[in-house]
Amino acid sequence: MIALSGICKSFNGREVLKDVSAVFAKGKCTFVIGASGGGKSVLMKCMVGLVTPDSGSVDFDGRSFYGLDYQNKKMVRQEIGMLFQGGALFDSLSVEDNVAFPLRMLSNMNKSELMDRVNFCLKRVNLENVNHLYPSNISGGMKKRVGIARAIAMNPKYLFCDEPNSGLDPLTSRVIDELIVEITEEYNITTVINSHDIKSVFDMGDHIVFIYQGKRLWEGNKAEIQDSGVFELQEFIKASRF
Amino acid sequence: MKFLSRLGSYLLFLAACFRKPDKWRMFWRAFFNEIYKMGNDSFGIVAIISLFIGAVTVIQFGSQLQGSLVPMTILGRIVRDANILEFSPTIVALVMAGKIGSNIASEIGTMKVSEQIDALEIMGINAASYVALPKILAAIFAIPALVVCSMFLSNVGGAISCFFSEMVTVDIYIQGLRMDFNGFFVTHSLTKAFFSSFLIATISSYNGYITEGGALEVGSASTMAVVQSCIAIIFFDYILTQLMLY
Repeated sequence: MIALSGICKSFNGREVLKDVSAVFAKGKCTFVIGASGGGKSVLMKCMVGLVTPDSGSVDFDGRSFYGLDYQNKKMVRQEIGMLFQGGALFDSLSVEDNVAFPLRMLSNMNKSELMDRVNFCLKRVNLENVNHLYPSNISGGMKKRVGIARAIAMNPKYLFCDEPNSGLDPLTSRVIDELIVEITEEYNITTVINSHDIKSVFDMGDHIVFIYQGKRLWEGNKAEIQDSGVFELQEFIKASRF
Repeated sequence: MKFLSRLGSYLLFLAACFRKPDKWRMFWRAFFNEIYKMGNDSFGIVAIISLFIGAVTVIQFGSQLQGSLVPMTILGRIVRDANILEFSPTIVALVMAGKIGSNIASEIGTMKVSEQIDALEIMGINAASYVALPKILAAIFAIPALVVCSMFLSNVGGAISCFFSEMVTVDIYIQGLRMDFNGFFVTHSLTKAFFSSFLIATISSYNGYITEGGALEVGSASTMAVVQSCIAIIFFDYILTQLMLY
């Protein structure tokens, strides 16, 4: 479980996050939705430690991330998997080496164990016979799947996905959505997804957090969303209705 | 104020770079790859520049010595000392700032804007150390090695120039090269090469590492890396020469 409490963040005097608190449950996909520039990405960066909040805390199963020392922060980070919007695959490494990278850096697996794990992860995301291709030779959807394979290689406890469907066709989007849900349930991961894609939110969102102009305006499940009574949320859903 | 803030941020970056690597095996692999890339890929340009610097130095000094009462054996000595003390370490460093520095800044800058650095951080890997430390240490070994090659080749260039110009015979030139050799000049030159290589690699890595935005910013970071490295090289060249030779 991840718990956010009173997260505030400003850049050059401009408040981007205003006292955001939320809880992300284990084994569930929690969506963070909101308009562009609303603070979703900064919130996710605060959660994974890429941006330090001005105040507030981020607790990973009771461990306050910003209260930990360097080594313990590193340990928490090794329990995090992240799927980036653009994939963030290492250009100079093949698909196989990209997935193997965290294992090589952070585990003591021997070569055959490592290759077994890499092939298992690639198979899990329905990618086979692409081991020796480079990121520049594969499609956007395949890059996302390699990104997921790399994110799950270390058996993460927490999975963060930043706009997993951006730039993908509807069919590939669905494949990626299903994959994220399956992995979340299968490994009992705490999954946090930043998204604009309302279809995905309604299809797979166990829990939804709505961010508007840096504030958490609403939190609940998809059944409650229509009756939320929050004007900004209703407008957001109406505008992006599929 | 901005300069001090940048300097502080550069020093913090260096502190992060010089932490223990997460995996030594991966570090050594990257280190030897970088040494090979920097040394092998830059040898050609260093060789061409050094040969021509030697050749031009012989013609310029030779033309001034002709007709004077100074024995022509001094030509070899002047060319040797000028190359060892100044031309080889400084010009090779400036060329490397353009070649290796821009390469390092654009490589790390591209990794930064495409979120590859963020991906490393999230995995719990010290990204600064992983991407920059092998480059910094490789530069510290490769650039002084190139400077040593340049010292030799610039003197060879001088000999070739003597052979074609008939200004002085190659024998007399070589006699001059062997005259009153001071080994400390080589130490001085290598000290300058060591500082220059450290400055090139760290300034370029830092500029790449703080890049934010897109392709345009990567280009700017690369340019800034070269400009700042060149200024730092010239500045430290003066300081070290003053400290060691005066």
